[in-house]
Amino acid sequence: MRVYRSWGRYPRVSHAGVLPVLWRAEPPSLDRVEQTVLPFACGRSYGDSCLNDGGLLLDTAGLDRLIAFDKVAGVLRCEAGVTLADILALTVPQGWFLPVVPGTRWVSVGGAIANDIHGKNHHRAGTFGAHVIRLELVRSSGERLVCSLEEHPQLFRATVGGLGLTGLILWAEIRLKRIPGAGIDVERVRFGGLSEFCELAERDHEYEYTVAWVDCLARGRRLGRGIFMRGDHTTWSGPAPSPLARARLRVPCDAPTGLLNRVTLGAFNELYYRRQLRTRTRAVVRYAPFFFPLDAVGDWGRLYGPAGFLQYQCVVPDLPGGRVIREIFERMAGSDEAPSLAVLKRFGDVPSPGLLSFPRPGLTLAVDFAFRGRRTLALLEELDRVVRDAGGAVYPAKDARMSPESFRRFFPEWEQFAVHIDPKFSSSFWRRVHHS
Amino acid sequence: MSTTPERAGRRVLIIGATSAIAAETARVFAAYGARLFLTGRHSGRLDAVAADLKVRGAAQVETALLEVTDISRHAGVVEAAFAALGGLDVVLIAHGTLPDQQRCEESAAETVAALEVNFTATIALLTLLANRFEAARQGCIAVITSVAGDRGRQSNYVYGAAKGGVERFLEGLRNRLFRSGVAVITIKPGFVDTPMTAGVAKNPLFASPRRVGRAIYRAIEARRSVVYIPWFWRPIMFLVTALPESIFQRLRL
Repeated sequence: MRVYRSWGRYPRVSHAGVLPVLWRAEPPSLDRVEQTVLPFACGRSYGDSCLNDGGLLLDTAGLDRLIAFDKVAGVLRCEAGVTLADILALTVPQGWFLPVVPGTRWVSVGGAIANDIHGKNHHRAGTFGAHVIRLELVRSSGERLVCSLEEHPQLFRATVGGLGLTGLILWAEIRLKRIPGAGIDVERVRFGGLSEFCELAERDHEYEYTVAWVDCLARGRRLGRGIFMRGDHTTWSGPAPSPLARARLRVPCDAPTGLLNRVTLGAFNELYYRRQLRTRTRAVVRYAPFFFPLDAVGDWGRLYGPAGFLQYQCVVPDLPGGRVIREIFERMAGSDEAPSLAVLKRFGDVPSPGLLSFPRPGLTLAVDFAFRGRRTLALLEELDRVVRDAGGAVYPAKDARMSPESFRRFFPEWEQFAVHIDPKFSSSFWRRVHHS
Repeated sequence: MSTTPERAGRRVLIIGATSAIAAETARVFAAYGARLFLTGRHSGRLDAVAADLKVRGAAQVETALLEVTDISRHAGVVEAAFAALGGLDVVLIAHGTLPDQQRCEESAAETVAALEVNFTATIALLTLLANRFEAARQGCIAVITSVAGDRGRQSNYVYGAAKGGVERFLEGLRNRLFRSGVAVITIKPGFVDTPMTAGVAKNPLFASPRRVGRAIYRAIEARRSVVYIPWFWRPIMFLVTALPESIFQRLRL
């Protein structure tokens, strides 16, 4: 059953309608449409960047066809609604991997471009947009433009990370990377605090993938304790899933409000941290549980209850001892909100073509908060202030509440971006942050 | 990917291959390395589906434009499929339209047109194909009908009549071809959440085309006779058909 909501289930909006986009040869004519439109595929953006309150959505789930795969050069062309799950199922057995994957494989290629997503290899590979060779964009004028760094480069740069506002992406061509097999050789290192994390992150260039899970409810001496994971592609001798492999567990309905609170999350964090008895473990696992641990539980956002949740993801300059991150942790621990297990990673300096791209050199932190109204919003605004003062940024794909002032500070190139917005395209996010 | 020899290279004809359900079924065949012959009404759409199946692993994909109501072309297209693939192991008949019941009630021509697509064309194709499969003494004929064919309801009895008629025909054909070793499969999907129904109010009974496509593949693999997809439609339709007419005629369904 298709639902047109964002992953965090906040805010709730109502759309005037949905226009399905079914065939790349027959894009919808938008010149006579009254309301604004916004492309929507998997709905895995957390806040309101994939919503268009009062307007229309262009449902691109039907644009799910592969077009061509050059198995020698590793170049894949596919329609915008194809999921990363579909691509990996096809290419991994043939020795190719997506250049960048996020924490879930249930996102579309169009969404990966529009949010210029990043993954555990950002320090080496940069963002998804850095591996897009070209794409075709339909504008509401009816124009169809193939965009790349050579053709319509400004429109290409606006579309990568452009939150779906520059037009409808019909298809894209992506450069894949060679892998030895479906396995990941993963080492997990327990660390006792932020400065230990920073020491581990110093050596991240030696590994293709690095990420850390941090217990942000731990206070005092244990503040910032967690588990650092680093891995590289390797072979896999275990069984491969069949083309008929079934879907996974699902959370069938909303959990009661307050199920995830400071007590339950604190206990979970303690267990998660203690599960690993030794300081270091090493194992070879299949790629899916390494990259997409939460994909094993469908609709996990429902555990936060009917009010939904907010994910807060920021990037701040990498100062000695993780100074800004420490301040953020202290403010979270000092509030009475209940942050979940946090994800911490060091971004690298590979540039993205995207004008509105979020990743930049520094430390990035992502934390979920059950939505509890004004108190939650007040804490996140307080964190925004810390990030603004540090010269960092907050990720639009996860956002449902940043102020217009914050947005302009985080994305100084927004004016240059705005001239490329299609006049018929808009989103709840854009109207919120563009309002002066 | 585990590709057993029987699955790889299997020769499959799909009528109405650009429907979301048929394309999803074809993807499973393609992933196992099948050889496919697809028909559809629009060349742009047919080409998009064919390219997708090639990338997903189909050993061969051929296409032919076919308006199923143009019955004079059936023999030529079936012949072309046999020639291109060197015989057939599976045929999946998936074409169909959902007629507007209101307009059918106002126009006999509209009703007849709906029956021609959903009933007459299917019967004509089956008549041709049955003889070829019977002669080959192997294979599988699968036809997508609908739960709507189980009992006529005021909201879509023209569609229901066409699908129900096809089901009676398939019962007889299954009986006839049993001795030749040819499986005849009646596939009855319930509500399917295709992008085409994006504007329609949804309920939890809607299934995704991917789920339905995979279930059709499994039904063909297992040579089932009559299959409801998803399975829960079987008890639902059992109850719907068990209601006495004296009660049923009073309901607004």
